[in-house]
Amino acid sequence: MGYDAIIIGSGLSGLAAGIRLAMFNKKVCIVEKHTVLGGLNSYYVRKNRTFDVGLHAMTNFTPKGVRNSPLGKLLKQLRFSHDDFRLCQQHISEIRFPEHVLRFTNDFEFFRQDVADQFPQEIDGFNKLVEKILSFDELNLKNQEVLESRPILERFIRNPILIDMLNCPLMYYGNAREGDMDFYQFVIMFKSIFVEGFAKPVGGMNYILHLLEERFKQLGGELRMGSGVTSINAEKGTVESINLENGEKLVCEKVISSIGYVETLKCCSPKLYETEDCETGQVSFMESLFVVDREPRDLGYDKSIVFFSTQPKFDYKVPDEMISITSGVLCCSNNFNYPQPLKEGLIRLTNMANFAQWNSLPRSDYIAAKKKWRNKALESVFTFFPDFRDNMVFLDSFTPKTIKKYTGHLNGAVYGSPRKIKNGKTPVKNLFICGTDQGFLGIIGATLSGISMANLHVLRK
Amino acid sequence: MTIDEVRQIILNILEDIAPDEDISSIDDNTKLRDQIDLDSMDFLDIVMELRKRFNIEVPEKDYEHLATLAGCITYLQPLLKDRLAAS
Repeated sequence: MGYDAIIIGSGLSGLAAGIRLAMFNKKVCIVEKHTVLGGLNSYYVRKNRTFDVGLHAMTNFTPKGVRNSPLGKLLKQLRFSHDDFRLCQQHISEIRFPEHVLRFTNDFEFFRQDVADQFPQEIDGFNKLVEKILSFDELNLKNQEVLESRPILERFIRNPILIDMLNCPLMYYGNAREGDMDFYQFVIMFKSIFVEGFAKPVGGMNYILHLLEERFKQLGGELRMGSGVTSINAEKGTVESINLENGEKLVCEKVISSIGYVETLKCCSPKLYETEDCETGQVSFMESLFVVDREPRDLGYDKSIVFFSTQPKFDYKVPDEMISITSGVLCCSNNFNYPQPLKEGLIRLTNMANFAQWNSLPRSDYIAAKKKWRNKALESVFTFFPDFRDNMVFLDSFTPKTIKKYTGHLNGAVYGSPRKIKNGKTPVKNLFICGTDQGFLGIIGATLSGISMANLHVLRK
Repeated sequence: MTIDEVRQIILNILEDIAPDEDISSIDDNTKLRDQIDLDSMDFLDIVMELRKRFNIEVPEKDYEHLATLAGCITYLQPLLKDRLAAS
């Protein structure tokens, strides 16, 4: 007997789709290429320390009892209680530009007040923009219209620095497109970061992923790790089966793939001509993790997350050099309200990076380049923030090449293709996508993506 | 199943899909959506639970009958009347 559905990829979207299907007695199997769960939001172990990859903080935090927020919907759909996620809220975060600093917490009125204090000329326009954002239906799966956000923002806000400051965190945390952002995506990100907020789960991604895995298995779902898909067999536009690396063939009614739109089409056999004209994502990052010998706040790092630009004009684009050091994100895990302090201090630094350049380096140069660019990035940070080099006890970095290697996403594009397929459909009738190329981003977004695609394409049929 | 039994199975389903809500205070004739914050995703879950537990298919055009508890009972009782309530 075949499967009702096969899900490719055991990231958050794949696990969530799997839980939904298993919950209603579908025969479902998740196949994962890697030996670790998580995809783009995963974790790894170095020298007995477990680090999250991809996660600075979870966006979309809403308190217990709020049920129609994205987090509330997700918990309901997967039948978890808010407490199961063990979320610890941020203290305070900031957006730091040369002349201005804006701070925000999980209380939106705090941010509104900070905008009013820093940009008194702009507060009326800002408030009108917020009204537009709050009334916008960004989750409509049918709407494929593309609206650029910059011209819309300019209708409300005259000072380009404020526009760039608003864009900076939203782009860093979820813009697959260089330069501007689609307005619906801007709205999703604005709500998830400024209106809702940041939190981190106790135990990090490792904890969340295994929570979902356990639920999936309890419901009777089957999970195969280390099982890459070599082909999706779709004769006459309908999937009948998939082949795995070990030579096994799994027969199925439907396939939901979370490995990316183009990446999925490229697996199809016979070859699909649609693969040629797909836009692939380019946005990727280098990230360095610094374990320090004391609480980051004792080194002058008292914010949960800092989005910074050393130039008044913020450019969100793939740099010509290996990485861009003129802007970035700093995250201090310690500065979240954990019930117990973390064992060690941890500071993360994220900068935009150029996949092609990293990918073309031979092995020996690659390691030297990581060190060189990590140091350059730090020097740039230390023009704004205190130097912590004497307090480092461990450090590690990953690049777009690392992301490509472990996730399979083309170009190490962490936010996938700029063109999202909101309805999840592909040219193959019973093959659907979920996850980063479907359009909902972040941990909560990815999870909701898996839920909504499972609901739409399998359960409602 | 009697009407009371049908009512109880619907409440059981609601309790499962909305564990944080107070099910005991539900009024039979007011829209469920207005009382316990159900959205379209939750209605899908009611339908899916009916399929799972009783093998009843509710076509999408009939979802409107499930808007109130009384509506659910009227719609489901004929489909469940020959079944025994789970002991």
